[in-house]
Parts: sequence; C-alpha cells; structure tokens
Amino acid sequence: MSKKVTYAGENSTSFQTKVLVKSIFIYIALILLTLVCLLPIWILVVNATRTHAQIIDGVSLIPSANFFKNLNTLKTNDLYTQFFHPIRGMFNSLIIAGSCCALTVFFSGLTAYGLVVYDFKAKGPMFSFILAVMMVPSQVTAVGFMKMLVSLDLLDSYIPLILPSIAAPAIVFFMRQYMLSSFPLDIIEAARIDGSNEFRTFLTISIPMMKPAFAVQAIFAFIQKWNDYYNQSLVLVSGKTNQLTVPMMVQKVLAIDRNPDFGANYAAITLSIIPVVIIYLILSKFIIGGVAAGGVKE
Amino acid sequence: MATSAQKRIKSVSYAKYGYIFTAPFFIVYFIFMLWPLIQTFILAFYGNGSPTKVSTPTTIDDFMGFANFKTILFGARSTSFKEIAINEEFVLCFKNTVLIWVGNFIPQICLSLLLAVWFTDLRVKMPGKGFFKVVMYMPNIITAASVAGLFLSLFGDSEYSVANMLLMEWGILEENFKFISTDISSRILVMFIQVWMWFGNTMIMLMSGIQGINESLFEAAEIDGANSRQTFWKVTFPLLKSIMVYTLLTSMIGGLQMFDIPYMLHTGFTLNDYIKTVAVFIYEKFHKDYMSPSYGYSAAASVILFVITAILGALVFYVQRDKDAIEIQKKRKAAMKEYKRKMARGGGLGL
Repeated sequence: MSKKVTYAGENSTSFQTKVLVKSIFIYIALILLTLVCLLPIWILVVNATRTHAQIIDGVSLIPSANFFKNLNTLKTNDLYTQFFHPIRGMFNSLIIAGSCCALTVFFSGLTAYGLVVYDFKAKGPMFSFILAVMMVPSQVTAVGFMKMLVSLDLLDSYIPLILPSIAAPAIVFFMRQYMLSSFPLDIIEAARIDGSNEFRTFLTISIPMMKPAFAVQAIFAFIQKWNDYYNQSLVLVSGKTNQLTVPMMVQKVLAIDRNPDFGANYAAITLSIIPVVIIYLILSKFIIGGVAAGGVKE
Repeated sequence: MATSAQKRIKSVSYAKYGYIFTAPFFIVYFIFMLWPLIQTFILAFYGNGSPTKVSTPTTIDDFMGFANFKTILFGARSTSFKEIAINEEFVLCFKNTVLIWVGNFIPQICLSLLLAVWFTDLRVKMPGKGFFKVVMYMPNIITAASVAGLFLSLFGDSEYSVANMLLMEWGILEENFKFISTDISSRILVMFIQVWMWFGNTMIMLMSGIQGINESLFEAAEIDGANSRQTFWKVTFPLLKSIMVYTLLTSMIGGLQMFDIPYMLHTGFTLNDYIKTVAVFIYEKFHKDYMSPSYGYSAAASVILFVITAILGALVFYVQRDKDAIEIQKKRKAAMKEYKRKMARGGGLGL
C-alpha cells in the first residue's frame, strides 16, 4: 500500500478537491460508526460508576465516582452473591479457555504436521474428512452429546468442556494451509540425518518455526472458548456457583427479575467486558491480521 | 524434488508416524463429535421423555419412525393439541431464524463492502485507519452474554432503560416502549446486534479479498479514466464475487446456529418467542428438564438443521473449489489409466 502511485491528473486542483471532499465524507461516516461501536460500551461503563438512584434519574455520559460502591453491592447483596463471584468466574473461565487453547493449538499443530510431512495411505481420506466436518455446527450434535454425558455421568464436569478441543477441524485446516505454504520440509530431513526422532523434530523444530500461526490460532481459540456460553451451560447443568464461568454468571445476573440494583448490574457486565477488551487492545494487531488471513469463523 | 523411488522409501519408513500424529485428533473427534452426531440421528427416530417416567406417552426407548419429523414439520395437520403446538413453535423458530438472518446479513454486507472499499482506496489517504479497524472489530470479541446484557440495559422494557429514558425526556414517547417484548422491535434489535457484532469481521475479510486483487488492474482502470464507481462495479465487485459468496454461505451456516443473543435477550426466566431461533428450540427441548427431556423433537430438529447445513457446506466447497487443481487431477488420472492399460497390454503380450 505504501507504494507511491501516480494517477492521471492527480495534480489538477479539481481532482484534489474531489479527493478532499470524499475524504471528509468518509471521515464523518467513520466517526459516526466509531460512535455506534463505542457509545453502548461507554454508557455501560459510565453507568457502572453511578448508583441505582443516579441511573434512574437520567442518562449521563460523564462517569460518577460510585464504582466501588457498586462493587461492594455485588460482594454483599444476596441477590448477587448467590452466583456472581467475578474472580472465581474468571478463574474458572481461565482454566477452561486456557487448557482448551493449549490442547487445541498443540494437537491441531500435531495433526496438521502429520498430514503435511508424512505420506501414508489414509492421508487423502483423512484430509477430506476434516474438510467435510469443518462446518458441522455444535448445535447439531448437542442432543447426542447431552445423552452421552448423562450416560457417562460427565455432567457438571470440566472434562467434556476441555477434552473435545483436541479435535478442532477448522484450526487443523488452517495450520495445514500455513505449513504447506511456509514450512520447508527439507529441514525435517536434516533433523532426521542428525538423529532427531520424529516427535522431537515436531516439538523443537516445527513448533518454533510455526510460532506465528500458533499464536494467532491460540488467541482465537482462547477468545472463542472464553465466550462459549452454549457448551458451558450445556455441560454445567446444575449451575453450582463455584463452577460457573463468566458468561454464565452474566446470564444469571440478566435473569434477575426482582428489584435489581441497576448500578450493580452494570458493574457486573462491565467487569465481564473489561478484561476481554484490554487483552484485545493489546493483541489487536495479531487478531486483525488473523481475521484477514481467514482463520476466524469456526 | 525427490524422485519417485526416494519418495517410496520415505513413505515406507515413516508412514506410521502419520497415523500416530493424527490419531489423537481422530480418536477425540469420533468420541466427542461423531458419536454424538450419530446418536442425534438415532434419537431423532425415538420417543420423547425418559424411560423412568410413566406419565409421558412415549419414552426415549420407543421407536417412532418418522413421527418426530412429521410432528415438527406437519404437526398442524394432526388432531393432537401437543403436536400442533410443537409444529407451531418450530415453524415460528424457523421463520425467526430466516427473518433475523436476512435482516442482519443484507445491511451487514453492504456496510462492510462500503467500508472495505474505502479502506483499500489508494487515492484517499487515511491516517488512523488502524484505529478504525480496531474499534470496528471490537464488538466481535466481547462475550455474547455481556452484549445481551449491554443491549438489555440500553433497550430494556422498563422505563429506566437508556432508550426509554431518553425518548421520554425528549417528549417522543409518553410512556415506556417495550422494545424487548414487542415482536418487530425485538427482531430489529437482534438484527442490529448481529450487525454490530459482525460487520467488522466481514469488513476485514472483504478487505483482504480486495487486497488480493492484482493492484495493476486498479491502476489500469485508473489510467483508462474510470471513476471510483466504475472501478468498483467493473473491477472490484466481479473479482470479489467468490469471496462474497463464501462470506454469504458461511454466514448462513453461522446464522443457523444463532443462539446466544436470541437466548439471552429477555428479562426474567421466560424466553422471548419473537426472536427464538432453531438453535434455541433444540437447546430448550432437551435442556429444560434434562432428566426427562424431549430428545426426539430436539434431535429431529437437529437433523433438519444438519441437512440444511450440509447443503450449504457443499455449496461452499463448490464455490471454493480450485478449478485448476481439479483439471490437473483429471489429467493425472487419465494418464494413470492410460499407463495401466498399456502395462496390462504389455503384460498380456509378455505371456
């Protein structure tokens, strides 16, 4: 993009005014869209710093100073303490999303490596299978999954949330594409000659070389599992407080129908959003690059 | 390049690692995804209710044939009140899914395309492009539950939701408008949330598509005196068609799975019927009382969803297929056939 391109008539004044008018128009539109994106979040954060009475009084865009008061309500009011423990929830979410992320990335890398590096009979059919199941939505398998969990007595356990992430067809697909395009197979041959066994070659040579792809997929896997309300609510049926994850806690806060404290509600939702937004802002470069590379929609 | 002899040696000595490395994936896939999928297909032909409960007319052990499908799709023709209710519910859910999907996809693709063209326009110098991209993608990473909470507090039914307070303050409304419990407004709200969450993602995908177009084509159009509208309709749009069809189809598959927002956008414990999607229908049927659930109806609805997804997925592959690679494969196969025939003939002569 940085390449200097000269267009016919670029230096004429009429062309320049046209471009200027267009730029101004585009900027106005972009600023409006930015507002649409940020304003809801801003109102949320502002209301999290206001008390129930202030919120009922009217809408404001200026933060007040009662955030910690609202936090205190969250910590002391029975209405919230029966299921809302932000630290506990984040810890649970972190365990689930973290282990899912590690398993997904490692085993997807391993599978992709197996499919790219070795020649074996079932390779073609295996890859076709992965392509075919890439788009099967989890909602479709949920009924059978539920029945299986009931019969194996695996409900209310983190195992059925974490273990399935070993098999992530979409991520295997993208890792395979990445390996095919930018992984020199000669290096494996060299490692073999030097006496490295296959598994060690994967661990010490392939993974470090594949770091960019691993990093992007890890970020996406983490975000996706952190946000995955569907499977979590499916498996953790009895909703024990010490097992709840962040999205489940937020859902429970939303379901309060008798006299909620608005300030505390807003604070609870804000608490669930803030960590994600911070991590996003830090990693945004990778995330947007990853979307552009096409590795997002599962 | 390795010769074929070298290749053969390699494949003989290392083939087993191919199986070892891919084994965990396939084992876990079969246990946690394929087996449940098969189970779902089986359950679709069995009854509803648990085997221990005598009160239910059918149980999970009764083979029902296509009865569940019949009830879901054509229950209205039956005389049983329950069957009519289930059919009505499914039809409503399906209608909601299609309505919400169409209502979110059309504005979303138009907006994303416009933005993608702006962002990739070489003539307009645009400082802060990175900032806009970051902001526009942000709604996508926020947990859907939090997004639902956010919009519930902005557009809630109560007189204290932000929208109602503003509208009443400005004198547009006399009393609070029930955004969530009114059919049209709740659907529009879900469409809006879907656009809000996904337009950044679609925009970035389309942008990478546009950047993949050979830059010299734009330059040539420029030199030939095309204005931006002509460049868009005659160069960008036709070349972007395949990525747009891909976006359309993956978005349709995603739309069929739409669950979080429709499930959570309500207050209290009753779900909002106007925005209930097929995914919510499936979930509710087997999850509400998981010890004696309506597995049959739920599974039948899943099978219907699966068939639709499979058709859409097949279309994706049809669109995405690498035409050149297929051509090469065909030629290779033909050559192989020819070679084998020759070998067979040669062998025959040898005898």
